[in-house]
Order: sequence, then C-alpha cells, then structure tokens
Amino acid sequence: MTGHRMNVIHVDGQRVEVPAGASVAAAIAQVTILFRRSVTGEARAPLCGMGVCFECRVTIDGVAHVRSCMTPVLHGMQVQTDAGAAP
Amino acid sequence: MTARFDVLVVGAGPAGLAAAQAAASHGARVGLLDAQPRPGGQVWRHDVRKQAPRAAVAAMQQTAAAGVEFLAQHQVVAAEPHGLLVETPQGARHVHYGALILASGARELLLPFPGWTLPGITGAGGLQALVKQGWPIAGKRVAVAGTGPLLLAAAATLRAHGAQVLGIFEQAPAAAVNAFARQLLHWPARAVQAISLRARLAGVPYRFGSIVRSAHGSEHDNHKLCAIEIEDTRGRHRLECDHLAVGYGLLPNVELAQLLGCALAYGTPEYASAHPHVIVDGLLRTSVADVYAAGEACGIGGLAAARVEGLIAGHAAAGATDAAIALQPRRAKERRFAALLAKHFALDSRVHDLAAPQTMICRCEDVSLSALDGFIDARAAKLATRCGMGACQGRICGSALAEIGRFTRSGARPPLFPIRLSTLAQAEVAPPLSDEYRGH
Amino acid sequence: MSGRCYDLIVIGAGIIGASCADAAAAEGLRVAMVEPGPIGGGATAAAMGHLVAMDDDPAELALARYSLQQWESFAELPEAEFSRCGTLWVARNEAEARVIPTRIARLAAADVEAHAIDAQNLYELEPSLAPGLHGGLLVPREAVVYPPRMARYLVQRAQSHGAVLFAGRTAKQLGRGTATLDDGTQLSGPVLVATGCALPALLPQLPMRARKGHLVITERYPDVLHHQLLELGYADSAHGDADSSVAFNVQPRPTGQILIGSSREFSATDAAVSPAMVQRMLARAFEFMPVLRDLQALRTWTGFRPTTPDGRPYLGAVPGEAEQWVAAGHEGLGVTTALGSAGLMLDLILGRTPAIDPAPYAPSRAVI
Repeated sequence: MTGHRMNVIHVDGQRVEVPAGASVAAAIAQVTILFRRSVTGEARAPLCGMGVCFECRVTIDGVAHVRSCMTPVLHGMQVQTDAGAAP
Repeated sequence: MTARFDVLVVGAGPAGLAAAQAAASHGARVGLLDAQPRPGGQVWRHDVRKQAPRAAVAAMQQTAAAGVEFLAQHQVVAAEPHGLLVETPQGARHVHYGALILASGARELLLPFPGWTLPGITGAGGLQALVKQGWPIAGKRVAVAGTGPLLLAAAATLRAHGAQVLGIFEQAPAAAVNAFARQLLHWPARAVQAISLRARLAGVPYRFGSIVRSAHGSEHDNHKLCAIEIEDTRGRHRLECDHLAVGYGLLPNVELAQLLGCALAYGTPEYASAHPHVIVDGLLRTSVADVYAAGEACGIGGLAAARVEGLIAGHAAAGATDAAIALQPRRAKERRFAALLAKHFALDSRVHDLAAPQTMICRCEDVSLSALDGFIDARAAKLATRCGMGACQGRICGSALAEIGRFTRSGARPPLFPIRLSTLAQAEVAPPLSDEYRGH
Repeated sequence: MSGRCYDLIVIGAGIIGASCADAAAAEGLRVAMVEPGPIGGGATAAAMGHLVAMDDDPAELALARYSLQQWESFAELPEAEFSRCGTLWVARNEAEARVIPTRIARLAAADVEAHAIDAQNLYELEPSLAPGLHGGLLVPREAVVYPPRMARYLVQRAQSHGAVLFAGRTAKQLGRGTATLDDGTQLSGPVLVATGCALPALLPQLPMRARKGHLVITERYPDVLHHQLLELGYADSAHGDADSSVAFNVQPRPTGQILIGSSREFSATDAAVSPAMVQRMLARAFEFMPVLRDLQALRTWTGFRPTTPDGRPYLGAVPGEAEQWVAAGHEGLGVTTALGSAGLMLDLILGRTPAIDPAPYAPSRAVI
C-alpha cells in the first residue's frame, strides 16, 4: 500500500489525492457519494463498476456525461458531480 | 487513423489474452483492444493497490512477449465487414482485420428491487471492480448478496482492502450449494481455489436461501443506503450497512456479435436462459465468416473455459487448425463445469418478483415497473415510455426485463455505446483491406 | 364469416391511421383498427415530430395550416410532449436570405406568423451557431411533439369511443366493403387504408416510394439549442428529386436532448444505419453548429417516408373502388398534417363539404 505515486485532482473544487491508475470514480467517492441526479432528480452513484450502466457519469474538464469508472485520473483534472446542483 | 491486423481480438480478459497470444505464436500480426485502460478484463482487473495474481501477470507477459499490440481505451462503436470503428480518448480510429475474435466477456445481471437505485448499492463484481480502481472501502460495513461463486471472490477482495464484510447472502438454497461443493471433488484445482477463498473469508457469515428484498436510504446524506431487508428461511430481518454489493450472476456481452450479424442462442438444451450467447462451432467460428468468439460471450463458462477457448480461437483464426482441435477435449471438460454452475445456482423465482410497481426499472430514463404494464414487446414499451432509450442502451433494464420474464431485449444498433458526434461523423469505414492483410 | 360490421375499418395505426380512427370514433362511427406492429411503430416512430408549415406548395400549406390549428388543442396534453420552440430557418448568405420576404408573405397569407431575423438577432437566439451566418426567418409559434406517444393516445381515445383494435393483425386482402385479416377474420364496412410505405401491398395501383432518412439523438444538453433550426435550403432537399440529399435540421427535445437530421435517399431499401449517410448528415450539421462535434450521440435510427410521385399525400376515395379510401404518402409532413388529413377524410367519407379543397390530394391523379 505504500510507495504509490499520487495524483492530485479536484472534485467539485475539493482537492483529492489518489494513487496513479485509480479511476475518477474512486477519487469522487472520497468527496461525495452523489455522482449524478437522474432525470427525475434522484441521487445516483456507480452501479456496475465496469462501464456498462452509465450511473457514474460526471463532467470532467468541462466535458459532460463522461463515465468516471472508465476514466483513469490524470494530474490536475477538474471533476464536477451533480452533488452541488439543486435536486 | 487506421490500423490493420491479421487477427484482431476484442476484449483483453483471460479469453482475449489467450487468443491474442495463440494467434501471435503463428506469426500473425495481432491487435488486442479493450475499452479499459489496462488489460485483464474483469476477473484479472488491475488493482491499483495490490499485486496481480500470478496467472494474470504471466498471461499479460506472454501476450506482450508474443508481439501483440495492446490497444487501450478502445471502445468499439460500429462494425462493417472486416473493420471496426473505435473511439479512443484521442478520437475516432478505424481498425481493420483479416479475422476477428470476440472475447467480449460478460457483465453482471443486476435485478431491480425496491431501493436498488440508492447510492451505495452496486453489483457484487461491480464493487470489487470499483475497489480495485481505488474506491475507498476500508472500515465500511458491506453486505454481499446475489448468487454464485463470484460473491466469494468479491467479498475476499473487499475484505483484503479493509472492508467489514457483514455477510454473504446467497439466494441458492444450502442443499444446492452443498451439492455443488461435493462436485468440486472432481475439479481439484477449483476445490483448492474454493478452500483458499473460504480461508480468506474466515469469520464472514455465508448464508443460503437469503434474498435482499429491499434497501433503505438515509433521509439526509443524499438518500445514501443505510439498511437492507433480508429474507431467509427464518423470516425477514434488517441489516444496517454502508454498501450493498449484489449481483445475480453473469450474462454474455453479445452486442458487437449481434451488430456483426452472428447467430445467437438462448441457453442450452438443459438450461434455458433469458440472455443470448454467441453460437460457435468446434473451432469457435461464429455464423459470420472470419469472426470467432471465445469465453463468456459463448455462454457463461468461467475463467478456465475462457482461457482454453481463447487459445482455440487464436489458433483457428491464425489458420493453425490442428492446434485448435487438440484443445477441444479440454474445452469440453471446462464447459461441463459451467453446466454445474448453471444447475446449482439457478435463480429462485422470488428474485424475479422483487420489484414493486413504483420501482424504477430503467435507471437512465426513470421508468417504473408499473409504467411497463400492458406492453408485450420491448420496442412498443420503449416508444411509449422511453424505457431503454438512455445511455446504457438497455444493457441494465433490458437484461433485467428479459430475466424477470417481461420481454426480450431489442437488437443492437450503432453506436454500441454513446460516442462523440465527431467520432460518429467518421463512421464510414475505409474500403476493405487488400488480400495481403487477410490472415493466414 | 364472423359478421363483424363497422362504419369504418382503418388499416394502419401510425399517426395518420390513428388520427383518422380517432376522428371517426369521435363522430360516433363504429370503428375497427388493424395494426400488425406497435402503435406508431413505422414512420411515426422514426419521425422528428416537428410541426412545420412548408410554404413552397400552396396545397401543402393549406393542409398544414388546417392541421396546425387542430394541433393547438393538444398543446397541454402530456402525451403529446408539445414544446413550442419555434422554427428558425437559417440563411448562410445574402442569396439564401433573398427568399425570406416571399416566404413571410406566403406564410402571412396562411395566417402563420413569421419574422426576418438579422445576423445579430440570430446569434442572440442561438449563440451556438457557426460564425458568419447571414440571418434567418423565425416562425415563433411552431412546435415539436413526440409522435409515437401521440399516436398511442389517439388510438386509446378512439377505443374509449368504442373503436376496436385488431392488434398484431395484418390486413391481407380488400374486397368491396370488406377486409380480410391474416388470421382469417373478415371485417365488413368501408375501408380506409393508412399504411404509408406499405400501401402497394393493398393498393398497388397507387405508386408509392419509400424515402429513407437517418436521425441521431444526443445525450441531454439543455442549454445548447433553443429552436428547431433548419437551413433555408431544406425545401430543396425535402421536395427535390435527388436520389440522396442531406440538410441541416436540428431540434431541441423537451428532455434537453438534441435530435439531428436529416437525410433523404430513394434507392436505399435496407433499414440499417448507413455510416456514410450519417457521416454526410453530421458533416452538414457541424457546418452550421460546430459545438455539436463534442456532444455525445446516444442513438441513431432510420425510417422510411412514404412518398408519392408529386410529393402530396393521397387523401380521398380509391379510384374505381367502392367503399375504399386512402390516406397515405405524406413524405416528411405526416405528423404536421395528420390531424388535418383526418378532418378532410371524415368530411369526404361522410359526404360533407371539406374545410379545404380536396382536389390536390385526390388519389385519382396518380393511378398507374
């Protein structure tokens, strides 16, 4: 568990450190469990963990609807979830 | 950007790695593509905090040493004869092939029940995958539920990462699981695996005939999961937990095969299935010329079946028919084990009836079960309710509706996954490759 | 003979058949409907659902105007998913903009409100449009609907007025005041055929071609697009006779999704998505709206527009046949003109003076 290179990214403006190779989903989970709001406003978070269900979609570096479980963290990424948005 | 391979393998799990290695061993130029950033598939998924299993490391090293080109983060979105349109983080790419091997693996069967959309509820393999990607789980109270040996593997990974596994709730009755365990005596390697898994899960309750009926969220904290209701032979009881990892087994990923026009079947003569698999012959050829399939795509068979089928398909696609035929007895043996799994972990009809009328079935478009009443086919329901029209393209709700006996899923259409419009705009695959690239 | 007698047997439950059945049932007629597939599952399901007055053919404009007035009564109906986004026709240059005054005058004569838009105004209305466009024509009262749900609503409303639906059944043969279904059921009464592209199977004497179209829909992007946008050259694509053509035609769905069209092909008979055609269509869309490039496409699909030789629908009696009527061949305007077509058909069937002149749509003009 030691000696891993760490990457710093921002989730909803909050600084998060994660091991290199970790997914954006894992980084988000350190900040919030609310990844997105469904079309009727329900709180949602990852379900399948393997890129099938699209419940983990967030905005990464300004690009909306990106699957966070399929995206490895890159140093300096800016991630936005629906946690801040009104239901 | 265009690439050409003699043999192109889709999916870099155990089947795909074996296929690529086998094909490359005959001198073929082999490409191995996967939507994930690293090879391994689901069962050998890279763990950012732990050492990979020895077999996985060996398979990846052999594949790399054989000169196979690994194409990471390549999501297949459309198909034409002898070519695939792929989306990568760098944009669209055309990948052409002489022969194609579909090693697209499986996904979890996720079934709706009241509360299943709450944050904190994942698939069983789903939570395992997330944790391997670095998801924080240490100290969290986790219930593992659903069916099959995958529950044990998932629980072991979660525990190794510091989770407090409250229990494993298997829907199959004790008698069925015990009968399965007795059969393991005929499969020594698997018996060793099972014993080692149980040892790593010492002290974790393993309950049979147990079904998660509903889940309940916190009124504050974004309705995050706080408790589940479990039904077993003694009645119903409530269990407080932070995570529920629940999966009802696996189903083959056949969308690309379907798009290519490969013939599909539902289950075997012994065991009917609501989910299609790719039909292959003894050389793992599909009904479409130059297209092979191996592993879970041909029906859920597990790791060992996937490995040997990958080898057969790789040899056959590279023209080494004798090498492929020599492995057929091994394949038959591994497939017998798959039949055992299907028999002993068959789903209890109670899990088909968990969803309440107001339970969301389509999580992309928020369509409830009652909204689907009165429809007899998926397309009519989709047109009227949007069920299955969302980003997952019905992979979750369509498979669940097929399993619970509502209606079968509609066919695949490009794009196979949502893609940038700029990628779709390049969707025309360049003219077919010349003969020099057409395999061996 | 099972002796089932009706005042009208409507064959086909797309938006046209559903509108006719609803109108007939509302008049108190005993109605039967025959539909082999899902309600609104053919061209209706593939349609954009844009309610638009095309003014280049006076007859088509008259029918559209008559129909659009009736659509207003569904503006609040949830099933219609009616969204009054308006239509904005975009001019790339001065030459294209020259037709705008003429079009405004033609639309005004049909009581359709329309305004010329200068370049500054154009970008205020749609900031995502490509720079360098000249201006446009805004038709603010036009709307979009969701056709398959609307067809379903109309069928259910007809059923609530006593209409009988023969679901999953195909009409195999028409006789004098009879229709025989594939399961042998015989229905008696006047027949109205509204089977769109499938018309030749029952009425081979009326020429009909299927004109393939592609559509792409995106994920939800609620702030990118506000009006249905079309290039002013759209009518050339829609009403021209080129074997294949594309035009810039994008629509904001009430969900926040963007629906992207449009393509037209006469020779394509295969329903599969054609990558080449999608590519051509998207290239056209990107010229007008470059921001589309980076949005996520969710799905693509195709459909076939039932197209008559002169582009106008057949609305009226089947020539030389007693008690046979036809309402089919609306090309890309079936949703816009469905309600008006039904009104016209009912007037003809019941022997009343139609609200608009039926002559331009008389099927007798086209008999082979």
